[in-house]
Amino acid sequence: MHSFGYRANALLTFALTILAFMCAIASFSDNFSNQTPSAQIQILNINWFQEEPHGNDEVSLTLNITADLQSLFTWNTKQVFAFVAAEYKTSKNSLNQVSLWDAIIPEKEHAKFWIQISNKYPFIDKGHNLRGKDFNLTLHWHVMPKTGKMLADKIVMSGYRLPDAYR
Amino acid sequence: MDWQGQKVVEQLMQILLVISGVVAVVAGYATESFRTTMLIYAGGVVLATMITVPNWPFYNRHPLKWLDPSEVEKHPKPQAVLAVGSKKKFSKK
Repeated sequence: MHSFGYRANALLTFALTILAFMCAIASFSDNFSNQTPSAQIQILNINWFQEEPHGNDEVSLTLNITADLQSLFTWNTKQVFAFVAAEYKTSKNSLNQVSLWDAIIPEKEHAKFWIQISNKYPFIDKGHNLRGKDFNLTLHWHVMPKTGKMLADKIVMSGYRLPDAYR
Repeated sequence: MDWQGQKVVEQLMQILLVISGVVAVVAGYATESFRTTMLIYAGGVVLATMITVPNWPFYNRHPLKWLDPSEVEKHPKPQAVLAVGSKKKFSKK
């Protein structure tokens, strides 16, 4: 503490160390939040189901997505990134995942929503495996914090099936 | 700043920063607002800076007693060491 510069430097360094501890505590406090998200997805219509010119199956769906992700938001949440993936099994791969729709939810108020759209991203298979295929629609989410650890989780909804023939 | 003032200032700085950190986190958690935490802590850092960094006069209440210049003249430094060193150098040449 011998000069102005010495004291200023000591104060700044200590203040930043305390700030790091505060951020760690804030991130840790997220473990105590009670999270009860819910979601439902309905396939309203299969718009078309065909074989692409170079040989891959493609299907277009109209989805009705209802979700309540409000309980995921804490004081330390910047945004929630949610996406819907179709998951199915083929003879080549035990798990195929195709992302159909995603959204960034910046605030708690926007986290309870109902949306009806056709799939944002194309549902294309590598091959001809989609006819008569049973698949799951999974809503994944990533809770992105203001500081600290990111949390990722999902809800799996099963029981969907594609038609046996092209339309 | 004197020695006593330096000790006081160091302790004061640490206490002020830790307290403003704790208050900031608790207030932010209670109001569910991260913004509150950051604002309270920034205010605490500025307050600590204003109190501890500048050389306020109340930190200099036990000033160091430097020797008075008139006393220094009465006790001159011994000169004998210089002459012995130079004689040794001439004999080697």
